[in-house]
Parts: sequence; C-alpha cells; structure tokens
Amino acid sequence: MSDLLAARSQMAVSLAFHIVFAVIGIAMPVLMVVAERRWQTTGDPAYFELAKRWAKGTAILFAVGAVSGTILSFELGLLWPHFMRFAGPVIGMPFSLEGFAFFLEAIFLGIYLYGWDRISPRAHLLAGVIVALSGALSGIFVVIANAWMNTPTGFKLVNGQALDIDPLAAMANPAAFTQTLHMTLAAYAATGLAVAGIHAAILLKQPHNRFHRAALLVALLVGAPAAILQPISGDLSAKHVARHQPAKLAAMESRFETARGAPLVIGGWPDVEARTTRLAIEIPSALSFLAFGDPMAEVRGLDAVPRADWPNVPLVHLSFQVMVALGTYMALVSAWAGWLAFRKRDLAGRRKLLVLLAIGTPFGFIAVEAGWMVTEVGRQPWVIQGILRTADAVTPMPGLIVPFSLFTLLYLALAAAVVWLLRRQIIESPNLPEPQQANLLETGRRA
Amino acid sequence: MPDALLALLVAGAVMVSLNAYVVLGGADFGGGVWDLLAAGPRRRRQRALIADAIGPIWEANHVWLILVVVLLFTCFPAVFSRVSVTLHIPLTLMLIGIVLRGSAFTFRTYDSQRDDVQRRWGAIFAGASIITPVLLGVSIGAIAAGRVPPVPTGSFVAAYVAPWLTPFPFSVGVLTLVLFAFLAAVYLTLESNDRDLQEDFRRRGLAAGVIAFGAAALVLALAQGEAPQVWQQLLGAPWAIVLHLATAIAAVSALWALWTRQWRLARAAAAAQVSCIVWGWGLAQYPYLLPPDLSYRDAAAAAVTLKLVLLVLAAGTFVLIPSLYYLFRIFKARPT
Ligand code: HDD
Ligand code: HEM
Ligand code: HEM
Repeated sequence: MSDLLAARSQMAVSLAFHIVFAVIGIAMPVLMVVAERRWQTTGDPAYFELAKRWAKGTAILFAVGAVSGTILSFELGLLWPHFMRFAGPVIGMPFSLEGFAFFLEAIFLGIYLYGWDRISPRAHLLAGVIVALSGALSGIFVVIANAWMNTPTGFKLVNGQALDIDPLAAMANPAAFTQTLHMTLAAYAATGLAVAGIHAAILLKQPHNRFHRAALLVALLVGAPAAILQPISGDLSAKHVARHQPAKLAAMESRFETARGAPLVIGGWPDVEARTTRLAIEIPSALSFLAFGDPMAEVRGLDAVPRADWPNVPLVHLSFQVMVALGTYMALVSAWAGWLAFRKRDLAGRRKLLVLLAIGTPFGFIAVEAGWMVTEVGRQPWVIQGILRTADAVTPMPGLIVPFSLFTLLYLALAAAVVWLLRRQIIESPNLPEPQQANLLETGRRA
Repeated sequence: MPDALLALLVAGAVMVSLNAYVVLGGADFGGGVWDLLAAGPRRRRQRALIADAIGPIWEANHVWLILVVVLLFTCFPAVFSRVSVTLHIPLTLMLIGIVLRGSAFTFRTYDSQRDDVQRRWGAIFAGASIITPVLLGVSIGAIAAGRVPPVPTGSFVAAYVAPWLTPFPFSVGVLTLVLFAFLAAVYLTLESNDRDLQEDFRRRGLAAGVIAFGAAALVLALAQGEAPQVWQQLLGAPWAIVLHLATAIAAVSALWALWTRQWRLARAAAAAQVSCIVWGWGLAQYPYLLPPDLSYRDAAAAAVTLKLVLLVLAAGTFVLIPSLYYLFRIFKARPT
C-alpha cells in the first residue's frame, strides 16, 4: 500500500466512522427534546422514560463523536499538511465558528445529561434545545468547509499561493447551500428512521407496548418529513454537481461520452476499460433533463477529462445508485406513514408499515456513507477541486500504513464497545441506578 | 490595526485557550491519575468522587484543545503543518490517548457496575490519562527546543523520531503530568464535604506539589543544553524575574493553603501557578512560535483572516462565558 493510499484510507475510515456519531449527535437531541416536551405537556410517563433512555444512549454516542472528531481535527494536519497550509487561512473561518458550536453543544449536553434534578424543567428543556441547535450548526459549518473543497472560492491562485483571501466569500461558496441542506436533512432522516425502525421491530413483537408506540411517533415526526424532502434536495445537489463538477457527475452516472440528450443510467456496472456500462437500465434524455432542465442539453462525459484524472468510476457510480435507491425507499415509506397519520390512522397497528420501517432501519446510515463516497471519491484526484491534488497534499512521512492500521483497529474496538453498550442500555434496558445518583449515594455529597 | 498586532492578539488567544485547556482539561486527566493511584479504605469513594467531578464537564473542557488546533491552522497555518509533520508520532499517540481516555471513561459510567467490568474500563481510562499529558508535554518540549524544522530532513529517525525522543521533551512531559495531577488533587478537595476524602486529596495534592518543584527544576536544568533560547529568556529576560516571583508566590501559597485546609484559596493558587508556567513558556519563546526561526509575524495568515477570527472570538466569548459560568455553577458550586 502506498503512503498516499494509506493516508486516503485513514482519512476515509476516520470520516466514515465519525459521520455516524455526528449524524446521531445532530438528530438525537431533537428526538429527546420532542419527547421531553410531550411529557411536560401531556404528563404521560412513557415520554419521560423515553427522553431519559435516549439521553443515556446519546451520552455514549456523543462521547465517541467528540473523540473521533478530535482525531479528525488533528488528522487534517497529520495527513494533509500541505492542504491545511493552503486552505487554513481561506476556510478556517467555519471551523472557528464550529469550535464555538462545539462549546455550546458540550456545555449544554453536560447540563442536559447530568442536570435532570438540578435545574427547573423549563431550563432543562431549553438546554436540550440549545444542544440540538448547536449540533445542527456544527454540522453545517464543517460541511461548508467541505463544500469549499468542491467549489473553491474566495481567493486568487498565484504561483500555488492563495492571495486576495476573502474568507466570507469562501464560506459563501456555490456548493455550500445544497450540501448543508442535504446533509442536515440526511441527519434527521437517517437517525429518525433508524430509531423508528428499531421501535417498529419491537412493536411487531409487543404490539401494545405504549413506550414503543410513543417512541415510534416521535421518531417518525423527526425522520419522515426529512426523508420526504431528501430526494428534492438531492436533485438540487445533482443539478449543482452537473454545473460545477462535471467529472463527478459523469462518474456518478457512468457517462463515458459527452452527449446531447443523455440518458439516465440506473444500476449497471461501469466497465472502465471498454468505456461502457453493462447491464444498466437507461431512460432516454432523462439525465439531460434532470441535470439541466432541458432534455436536449449537453452532458459532459468522462471523455472531457484526461484519463489520468478520472475518479474511481465504479465506486462513485455504485455509491450513487445505492444512495438514490435507499433514499427512494425511505421517502416512499415515510410518505405512506405521513398519509396514514394525516388520515388519523393508528400507525403502530399497521403491521406492513412496521415491517417496512424495520427493514429500513440501517438505510439512512448506509445512504449517508454512500453519499459521502460520491462527494469525496468523486472529487479525486483533487483535494481542492481544480486547485490542489490529493497527491500533493499528503504528508512526507513514510510508513503511513502503521497509523492507518492502528486507527482502524481503534475504530473497530470502539464500534464493538458502542454496540455492546447500546444493546445493554436500550434494548435490554436493565434496571440500573442512575450513574450520578449511584455516585452521590457513595460520596454522600448531598447528605 | 497593524498586521503584527493582529497576529500578536491571535497568538495571545491561542495561549489563552491552551492555558484554559491545561487548567480545566488538565485536571480531568489528573483525575485519571488519581483513579489509578486510588488506595486505602476509601478507594472506591475516591474513584466515585473523581468520576462524579469529571462527568458533566470533561467534554466542554476538551473543546479548548480543539480551539487551539483550529486557531493554529486558520491563523498560523505554517506552524500547524510543520508541527503535524515532524511530531506526527507523538501527536498520533496522544490522540489515541485522548480517544481511549474519553471513551473508556464514558463506557465505564454506562457499563455494568460489576467490579471486574468497572476495573477493566477504569484501567484504560487511567492509563490513557497518564500517557496523554506526557505526550502533550513531549510535543511542547520539542517545540520549545526548536526541533520543528521547515522541512524534515535526513533518515526517518532523524526526521520523525530524534526531534522529540530526548530527555528535555520528556522532562516537560513529566512536568505536565505532575502538574495535571496536582491540579486535580487540589480541585478534588472542593468536590466533597466528606472530611476523610478531603484529607486524602489534600495529602495527594501536597505530594504532587512537592514533586512538581522537582520536575520543574529538572526541566530547567535540561533546558540549558537542549532549549537554549527558552533557557536564556527564562534567566535573562526583563520580565523573567517578575514571572518567577509570581510563580513562586502562587506555588507556595497553593501548598500553604492546602496545608492549612483553605481549599478555595488552594484552588485559585494552583491554577495561577500552572498558568504562570504556561505563560512563562510562551513568553520565553517570544516572538517565535516555532523557534528558532518562525515568529508569529512570519507565520501569520492574511490580515483579513486574522481580523475575522478575532471578531468570531470576541462574539463567541460573549456566548461562551455565561454558558461556562452556568455549567460550573450548576455542578461546581458546593455548599461549604
Ligand atoms: C439519509 C441520507 C441520504 C439520502 C436518503 C440521500 N442522500 Fe444524497 N447525500 C447524502 C445523504 C443522502 C450525504 C451523505 O449527506 C451527502 C454527502 C455529501 C453531502 O453533502 O450529502 C450526499 C450527497 C449527494 C450528492 C453529491 C453532492 C456533492 O458532491 O456535492 C448528490 C448529487 C446527491 N446526494 C443526490 C441524492 C439524491 C438524488 C437522492 C434521492 C433520493 C439522495 N441524494 C438521497
Ligand atoms: C474533516 C471533517 C471534520 C472534523 C475536523 C470534525 C471535527 C470534530 C470535532 C473536533 C468534534 C468534537 C467536538 C467536541 O469535543 O465536542 C466533532 C464532533 C461533531 N461533529 Fe465533526 N468533524 C468533521 C466532520 C463532521 C461532519 C461532516 C459532520 C456532520 C455533518 C460533523 C458533525 C459533528 C457533530 C454534530 C459533532 C458533535 C459530537 C457528536 O454529536 O457526537 N462533523 N467534530
Ligand atoms: C463525515 C463525512 C465525510 C465522509 C464520510 C468523508 C469521506 C471521505 C473519503 C471516503 C475520502 C477519501 C477519498 C479518496 O481519497 O478517494 C475523504 C477524503 C478527504 N476528506 Fe472527506 N468525508 C467527509 C467529510 C469531510 C469534511 C467535512 C471535510 C473537510 C472539511 C473532509 C475533508 C477531506 C480531506 C481533506 C480528504 C483527503 C483528501 C482527499 O482524498 O481528497 N471530508 N473523505
């Protein structure tokens, strides 16, 4: 494995790991707040139980999110020092803003998790709202930075240096809006439907459990609207990619030739050597229409890009197909649930809906990973599109396979521990004393 | 505002964040040290007290480190990239320590309360709490010694190992560890109303405070050979005598206050003492962020970037200070 490949793999593994916790960190506080609010307005203890249990799971996941995010902040330098040297002054702003969002998030999460009986119910709920808002903000800021890597603006390139820097223009880069919208929706859709799926699966076995009914409703309330909007937002993203990153679009769609009236390619396997897509379904002119709103528009293919500068076409194409397929499924199931709710039907009593939701439990997270593969692998060989090549950004230190292996093992161990603990906490939900109260008894602090 | 002043202000902000991380987050690591060294009949209660003290605040304290990193790569990108390249190995190990500390601590809280399970997570938590401060100190020591060149040269060992694998950086690492443990012990006396526990941590604080003197002397002694610039400044600069006096007063007050059981005074003095050490290091390097060649002026990013970041810092502080105050008031205001 070359050092460059090891660095890329380490970055990919780290980000793919972090994003799971980030997505949960953005959306779970919303679920907790909705449940807590329902408890306060209805007095139904099922919602209280729900908020408390979700809070425990979130505490575990948030800690892992924080430490894996710390790895990333350092890795930007450990792996890509030349990238950061160039990009830091231009795009450091959103990271600085993100730093304050992290502060708020961590401070109020501490208050939320440990403060149940120390502050008033209203203050507690408000703490939860702040966690939810600052979580969304941290995601938005960091995705703005990523959008800049896709559509860099706010500087002039002179002899490899960034001059005339304008950090605000860099933040307002063209991809920022579509990407942050799509990512934020993705967080709510993925987490909401995953939680809904888990509780749907339990409801299939215990149809009258009030606790799980309440959970299902709250989770759908957060997840379903986002999942329904997601294909629309994805379409905006794709139109945007078509304009700004034609090579990425060509790889997503496995288009090898530039053509007018380009068909939409669904499925299939790109044969890069033969420059064709095998076993695909093609819808004539649909790609031109979707991408540019005109069935006869010209869509640039990979032939417009030197062969050496192609991204990994099969990976990008496959990832895109997976994301769209799963997104379609999630949107349809959510729409059905919404329709039933609109007609005041009992969602938790529809076995078919519960089965579909249960099947879809992991879909949002798979779609998130796939979507990031499209974005990041589709940008290759560039780390900053058209400006800096990934190969020129990497650290000179040899032997990168060692840290790559170390971190991969670390992530595997963390993942195993998290799965083990969540099973324990949420699914088996044994009757444990609250940790902080257990400690209190021992130290007699409040005695 | 002239560009040099802007750069100086941002460099000051980096130091303030690092100072906050050391004084707040450092104590969380120190707690891990005392978890490992918990002994005697009150062993369990010592551990519970430590866990209870760290639980609500360690994640917020940790963000100070993130802020240091972000400010560095935004405003002093050359510093960030040079440090990341040459100190890749200690930083990577430090990261692993940070990850293990944070996750093991949380897992321990939420896993089975059975003894063997608790001990297993506890061992990882405590071990990582020791390794991480040492490596943080090693990295700072290597910077102070002027071992972070613009481009790494020579063999793998010469470029990536030799800069930090020498006595001076390790002496800084040990000092960091001892100071963190000292802070934790002092703070912990305020976390409980239980006389016995207070006495336990009083003794530990006194011991760590005395060891810290020794560690600091070792650092100074080694600095003469390995970090000559820092050494000369610490001895000869006009501000040096003031700083030494301040540090000495703070250190002696901290020990005296511990001795006479004035816990609040001890806490303030210990934090002041450690802050003096952090700033002493910073001033001794002035004007270099990476001695012997990279000054804060040469390393600074474009003035627009610095201005905007300062604006963000000012605005952020407005939100941050009341929030932090609220957090600490809820969890750290003890009836005494
Ligand atoms: C719940 C997750 C989820 C779902 C259901 C979808 N996506 Fe997505 N997609 C993401 C999660 C995601 C993502 C992981 O969040 C990405 C990666 C980068 C980004 O901003 O969003 C992404 C990126 C992404 C991109 C690349 C943007 C870029 O490179 O700048 C496009 C074109 C689409 N998506 C299009 C779609 C379409 C047409 C969908 C139709 C159903 C869809 N996505 C569903
Ligand atoms: C290069 C990319 C990234 C870096 C450097 C990074 C950095 C970090 C850091 C340092 C933390 C810890 C904050 C703390 O201590 O509380 C963190 C947590 C978090 N990150 Fe990231 N991050 C990256 C990508 C992302 C992405 C793509 C998202 C989401 C869209 C995201 C969302 C979050 C959220 C919500 C948290 C809060 C912690 C949690 O909920 O578990 N991050 N990140
Ligand atoms: C959290 C969601 C993200 C995921 C899952 C993700 C995924 C990936 C993957 C798979 C790669 C390797 C691409 C390749 O080399 O073929 C990569 C590279 C990279 N990503 Fe991301 N990414 C995410 C978000 C971000 C964000 C928010 C940033 C920065 C602000 C970022 C910065 C980078 C950098 C600097 C590289 C290395 C250079 C390169 O390969 O282009 N990523 N990411």
